[in-house]
Formats: sequence, C-alpha cells, structure tokens
Amino acid sequence: MSDPSPNSPAPAEDAESEPRPGRVRKPIGWSTIIIAVLVAVSAGLVWRRDGTDGVLDILTHDLSLFSGILPRVLAGCLLGALISEILPHEKVSRSLGPKSGLMGLLIGTAFGAILPGGPFTAYPVASALLAVGADFGATIAMVVSWTLIGYGRAVAWEIPIMGTDFTLWRILISLPLPVLAGALGRFVYIRLYPKPAAKDDET
Amino acid sequence: MSAALLIDILLWGSVVGVGLVAFRRGPTVFKASLREGAMDFINIVPRIALGVIGSGYIAAIIPQEVITGWLGPDSGWLGVASAVVAGAATPGGPVIGFSIGTVALKSGGGVPQVVAYVVAWALFAFQRVILWEIPFMPARFVWFRCAVSVPFPFLAAAIAMVIGKP
Repeated sequence: MSDPSPNSPAPAEDAESEPRPGRVRKPIGWSTIIIAVLVAVSAGLVWRRDGTDGVLDILTHDLSLFSGILPRVLAGCLLGALISEILPHEKVSRSLGPKSGLMGLLIGTAFGAILPGGPFTAYPVASALLAVGADFGATIAMVVSWTLIGYGRAVAWEIPIMGTDFTLWRILISLPLPVLAGALGRFVYIRLYPKPAAKDDET
Repeated sequence: MSAALLIDILLWGSVVGVGLVAFRRGPTVFKASLREGAMDFINIVPRIALGVIGSGYIAAIIPQEVITGWLGPDSGWLGVASAVVAGAATPGGPVIGFSIGTVALKSGGGVPQVVAYVVAWALFAFQRVILWEIPFMPARFVWFRCAVSVPFPFLAAAIAMVIGKP
C-alpha cells in the first residue's frame, strides 16, 4: 500500500514531456516477494505430498500454459502503450479524472464492457488509463465492468458452463455494480488521500 | 478452440487498429510506444512467469472439494458470506470457478449464494489478482480496488433475492 513512486495516480502534470513515467516499471516489490514465498511453500507442500513427479507435472503443465499466454501478454502490453500514447492526456483527465463525475464512471464502465480480450488486455489498458490521468474511481469502474459485464469471459466460459439464462440474469444484476464501485472508490479515495486530488486543481 | 482464436483475432486486431492511429501521428510516436510496450512486456514476463507457474502449486494445495464445501446449501446471509470467501479462495481459471458454481446450483445451493460466489470470484479471486492484476497495476490500486469491491457480491446477492430466479 505504501507504493507512491512511479505509478502515482495523479500524473496530469507531465502532459507533454516525452517518455511517460514507467507504468509497470517498478523493481521487485514486496507483493512479488510475498507471492514468491507463497509459491515456494506451496511447491514444498506439493513435493511432500506427491514427490518430485508431482512437482514436475505441475511445472510442465504451467510452462505450456505460460508459453501459450505470452503472445497475448505482448499484445496487451502493446495495446496499453499505444493507447496511452494516442489518448490526449488533458481529455482523459477531464473525462475520466477525479472531477469527471458520474459521466466519468459511465465512460469507464462502457470502456470496460467493450474491451476485447482477457486479463492480458484489461490490466495493461487500465494501467495506461491511470498513467494518462484517469482517477482511481473511473479505473475501478472500468476494471469491475470488464470483469462483471464484459462479454469476453461470459461468451467464452460462463455461457457454456453455467448456461445462458443464469449468465444473462447474473449480468443484469451486475449492471449497476461498476458505477457503484467506482463511486465508492472515489468517495473513499478522496478521504484517504486528500493530497493528490487537491494537486489536480493546480494543473 | 474457436473462442480463443476469436479472442486473439479481436486482440491483435485492436493492436493493429490502435497502432495505425499511432502511426498516423508520426513514426516517432509509433516507434516510441512500440518500444514502451515491448519494455513493459520484458519487465512483466518474470512476474507473469512466477504467477502462472506458481499458481499451479497454490491451486494444487487448495482442493476443489474444500471450496465446494463452503458453498453448501445453507442459505441466508451466512451462506452468502461463505460464498464470498469461497469465490476469493477459488484457485484456477474460469473453468473451475464456473464449474463450482454450476455444481453448487445443481446440488441445492441457493441462487443468491451462487450469484455472490460468481461475482466474488470475478471481482477478487486471489489467483487472478496475483497472476494478472498485481503485475500490471500499481499495487496500491489493486489493494484499494479489492477493498472497495468487498460489498458488491453481497449487494448482488441482495438484488438476486429481490428480483428472484432467472
């Protein structure tokens, strides 16, 4: 949570300076260390239960999964970088920034709902939006909308497994949630970190 | 699988489309963002590798039966709460998440509970957060988003209780 450095969410000040501050370019952080420890412990438990074969089985399976995912990760990164390059920063911070109101949350929701691809697109693009001036609220609306009402996962997985009726009904129930989550996020964010929001007034 | 192919086509189609727009702005912009994207990719790969390869081990020590047990037919808000915990704790990808939801529906789980489970899984299944969200997004944003999302599976269950079955 104490990670103020390169990804600070109030980047509006560097609208025209050339290379954006790196979006994902932080050194190995504490969350990576926690995950590494978790993985090491889990692998140790698997080894004790299933022996070396069990460990190798999972490793080969996950390596093939990994190689299948890699091209999509590349596409997602390129998409994120291109989008943050072509979106005009002032316009983004106006329509998705802290002052964007309900409209900003609705735009974020719509954007998340139409975004193609899976997590390998959604998170790089969300990160790009944060970098070019969207606030936490609009970005939360986008991420929540992608995960709850985006068509990608619904068409590929939820409808085949859970059935069309349940899926459509579940999406209907979820329709208001992205805007509400974004609004709650904005409400809490302003109270938690009053500084960055105030800084935005100056630019 | 054709759905995966469709996703790839849409994905690379968007990359090409946005790339064309960037190219129109001038080759410098275009090249700069390609380099930026490639650097992001190189930086992200180790963390994705850790997530993909590691989550297999984490999934292996959380058996699915444990999750299904939490989604038992006990209805009411306690059932919703345990469904939310189950959604967050479900290892593996969408096939496992939705299959557990289907099993719960068929074995007498309440509809609001299953909705809470699916929504909680979509919002903060730990594996997706670890594998995808943390590598790509500022960690502060991820924790903040997850914390803010906690009420919404409950709200979805409440809406499901009010408007009834599909």
